[in-house]
Amino acid sequence: MFDVIVIGGGVVGGLILRELTKYHLNVCLLEKASDVSMGASKANSGIVHAGFDATPNSNKAKFNVLGNEMMEKVTGELGVKFRRNGSLVVAFSAEEIETLKELKARGEQNGVSGLEIISQERLREMEKNISDEALGALYAPTGGIVCPYELTIAAIGNAMDNGAKLETEFEVVKIVKNEECFVLSSSKGKTIEGKIVINAAGLQSGKIAALAGDSGIEIKGRKGEYILLDRESGDFVSHTLFFTPTKLGKGILVTQTEDGNILLGPTAEELENAGTDTSAQGLAFVIEKARKMCKNPPLFNTITSFAGVRAYSSKGDFIIEESKTVKGLIHCAGIESPGLTAAPAIAKFVVETLVGGSLRLIKNENFNGARTPDYFFKNLSTEEKNAIIARDPSYGKIVCRCEQITEGEILRAIRANPPARDIDGVKRRTRSGMGRCQGGFCQPYIAELIAKERGVSLEQVTKCGDGSELIMGVTK
Amino acid sequence: MKKNYDIVIIGGGPAGLAAAVAAYDNGVKDILILEREERLGGILNQCIHNGFGLTRFKESLSGPEYAARFIDEVQKRQIEVCTQTTVLALSKEKQVTVINSAQGVFTVQAKSVVLAMGCRERSRGALNVAGSRPAGIYSAGTAQKYVNIKGYLPGKRVVILGSGDIGLIMARRMTLEGAKVLAVCEIMPYSSGLKRNIAQCLDDFGIPLYLSHTITKIEGEKRVTGVVVSKVDENKRPIAGTEMHFDCDTVLFSVGLIPENELTKMAGIELSPKTRGAVVYQNRETDTDGVFACGNVLQVHDLVDFVSEEAEIAGKAAAQYVLNGAKVREEISVNTGNNISYVLPQKIDRNAGGQVKLFFRVTNTFKNCTITATSGGEVIAKRKKRIAVPGEMETLLLTEKTLAGINDEIVVSLEVDE
Ligand SMILES: Cc1cc2nc3c(=O)[nH]c(=O)nc-3n(C[C@H](O)[C@H](O)[C@H](O)COP(=O)(O)OP(=O)(O)OC[C@H]3O[C@@H](n4cnc5c(N)ncnc54)[C@H](O)[C@@H]3O)c2cc1C
Ligand SMILES: Cc1cc2nc3c(=O)[nH]c(=O)nc-3n(C[C@H](O)[C@H](O)[C@H](O)COP(=O)(O)OP(=O)(O)OC[C@H]3O[C@@H](n4cnc5c(N)ncnc54)[C@H](O)[C@@H]3O)c2cc1C
Repeated sequence: MFDVIVIGGGVVGGLILRELTKYHLNVCLLEKASDVSMGASKANSGIVHAGFDATPNSNKAKFNVLGNEMMEKVTGELGVKFRRNGSLVVAFSAEEIETLKELKARGEQNGVSGLEIISQERLREMEKNISDEALGALYAPTGGIVCPYELTIAAIGNAMDNGAKLETEFEVVKIVKNEECFVLSSSKGKTIEGKIVINAAGLQSGKIAALAGDSGIEIKGRKGEYILLDRESGDFVSHTLFFTPTKLGKGILVTQTEDGNILLGPTAEELENAGTDTSAQGLAFVIEKARKMCKNPPLFNTITSFAGVRAYSSKGDFIIEESKTVKGLIHCAGIESPGLTAAPAIAKFVVETLVGGSLRLIKNENFNGARTPDYFFKNLSTEEKNAIIARDPSYGKIVCRCEQITEGEILRAIRANPPARDIDGVKRRTRSGMGRCQGGFCQPYIAELIAKERGVSLEQVTKCGDGSELIMGVTK
Repeated sequence: MKKNYDIVIIGGGPAGLAAAVAAYDNGVKDILILEREERLGGILNQCIHNGFGLTRFKESLSGPEYAARFIDEVQKRQIEVCTQTTVLALSKEKQVTVINSAQGVFTVQAKSVVLAMGCRERSRGALNVAGSRPAGIYSAGTAQKYVNIKGYLPGKRVVILGSGDIGLIMARRMTLEGAKVLAVCEIMPYSSGLKRNIAQCLDDFGIPLYLSHTITKIEGEKRVTGVVVSKVDENKRPIAGTEMHFDCDTVLFSVGLIPENELTKMAGIELSPKTRGAVVYQNRETDTDGVFACGNVLQVHDLVDFVSEEAEIAGKAAAQYVLNGAKVREEISVNTGNNISYVLPQKIDRNAGGQVKLFFRVTNTFKNCTITATSGGEVIAKRKKRIAVPGEMETLLLTEKTLAGINDEIVVSLEVDE
């Protein structure tokens, strides 16, 4: 039996899992997909929000500001790229300038430091491609960018290195609570037992609550579509540019990503059943807004478009609490934006306060929060690279030419915790296939590496789990 | 591999090979060819169909056969080749940083560098096609690799977007290998592929070609289950109400090639937004003395025969640079006028002497038209065409005598005859 079972391999569940391994606890993560980080934590803006947006005293405000402060430490330990590039909320009218003042006051109330309203002149100095119609901005120097799936995968990998167990393709469909524990059953008929269950199932967190007999959580989805531009245009903007929120909504943002691409989006579309399709209207909206924010966005350098779904609660705030009706069930529900930013703080609170409220927490002296540096081959010095290549020649062979990813890194992604099992899994761990050719050159080669490592035929290699096989047969 | 070479050639495709041979034959023997793949030959290795070399060898060869002729020439001259070696970085000072398994990461100093890195395919993502992102979406070149090199069939019911030669050839290949190609869609009102390819790759197999149509939605969660195809208006916008649905498991995108110029950019060499390749003089020298570019990395070619021709110009010029050093130039710029999308070379050095062949593409399909090069208000070269299409590269020859008489910018344009 496990002490704690976490449902949902997103950034929230992942960081909670890692936090749990800091103590002597027997823990397990259940994820319905074939890999972790397949929900909202895979497709979002990757912004580490400063915290001026959330209503004062809400969970959103509290965990946002705390999470922002914790980001250096957690990404540093996990070797995840993170940078405080600073955010700018841009105003296009006198009325919007007034709104900026309100945002600044609200941010200060939330405890955000360094907020400043800047002039048109300074804005133009900071962002050479800003629209001529932009009049000024709220500058938040603590705003940052992080790669969300890299953080999620690293957190779960590190937790596994410290003894946590991961079950993928375990979709929880039944939860029974008996005298001592919860019994969770999967759609494939597996069962697993645990004393405490943490519900971090994102869009499905309402459903998980209901399965356990708690009908108090209502979660809806709101889709956001994006367009991603090649790193070749990476210096088009350097800060994260937001529109000033108006009654009509928030518009989109234009930002650099931590990997040096430019990201445009997201839209905000209510949806009944969660799909991550993109639509012609959605993408057209993104383009229209990007053109309003900046002069001549380099759309010719588009390399892909995608969508993610925000899970928001009818309460309008994060729900982070033990269930009022089912003891031992802890909810992390309705974690929409700024959930990525808040996740480290949510994890700490959930483990120290909520789990700690019912289980005795004894420090695990063997916990090692760091990941080994081989993961980040590209960033090493020539001497370090050569030392690794001398030991393992596969690091001397570039497989993904656009992102300069070596065979060694791909093999490592297939072997290390949590292991990549398919093309998309390798891609999220190494960036291979994420560049301008989108895997055109390297996909056949990576498929062969996966087949060889996992001892399967090429025909069994998938893009993203069962049913997504790449190949449909052999040639005549 | 040594630490210093007279000439380092980046890329061992047809461009790199022909440049190496030409450089050698013009007096420089200390040459290194760097190629990331296991074999020389570049993209030709996966083009197993015939039709290469008609201009150059007056016979129809397969891609690998065409490449083999140049590989033989390289071997005869014992030019040094390093395969499975990727160039990671290039500096303006012509330092080439490479990586391979045997030697790790190290830097080679060249006196002259020839860029011959080829191009990549535009992906589905570049087009912002709406819908889902399941398995079964390939660029035509990736599908070509699975089929021709690996022996696997990526799908069974196929819709192809793009009717350039690569799309057409893959329609035939997939059919021959047992797949059903339901449609080839082309957003333009004409195909940019060769006439003979439309006949031999589509008509012979009864594959429908939908001109002025594009894919407006991709469906399927794990694997493609279908696509929606719509007719487009003259502004290439989908027309509501014209949607057709195809049940397919695979979509191939053949929607254009983009020169692979990361290294060029890294070295701070000026690129043209029109070709997305380097800005060059007629000897294919970039704005950095001693760095030359040729083949698909410079401009996307339809015919490999032109690639070889261009590479020979660059290879010869690289040798001359090593032997004689940089020259003082007298520069005339070459620009696009009406109905021309790009022209290359972008600059002519009058001191170089000799004739110059201008390469360019037109922006649309034109019937009964005249293409002219003008300078200072005077027509200096001209050619009448019954038909001109964007898919076929056009040329105009400026003789030595013509060039001697001009001082102003040269403009190439196309006008439809009255
Ligand atoms: C468009 C968009 C933009 C955003 N931008 C930002 C931003 O810039 N900054 C920021 O801080 N935040 C942002 N967010 C919010 C952030 O992405 C989320 O708050 C965060 O990713 C939520 O993480 P999670 O772990 O709660 O959910 P998820 O990542 O969705 O994880 C839930 C997991 O649970 C699994 N699961 C579901 N049901 C079951 C079941 N029955 N059994 C087993 N497993 C199950 C799912 O497969 C999934 O992997 C954005 C969100 C979206 C959608
Ligand atoms: C998918 C595809 C299909 C085609 N099909 C046809 C056809 O059917 N008929 C036809 O006439 N033409 C076809 N072409 C066009 C024709 O083959 C090309 O014009 C010709 O091959 C271009 O030659 P190249 O040497 O410039 O480029 P390539 O053949 O692409 O060679 C470039 C070489 O450089 C290497 N390289 C690149 N970067 C580096 C680096 N950093 N370090 C080391 N090496 C590097 C590459 O591995 C490659 O081998 C096709 C092109 C493509 C892309």
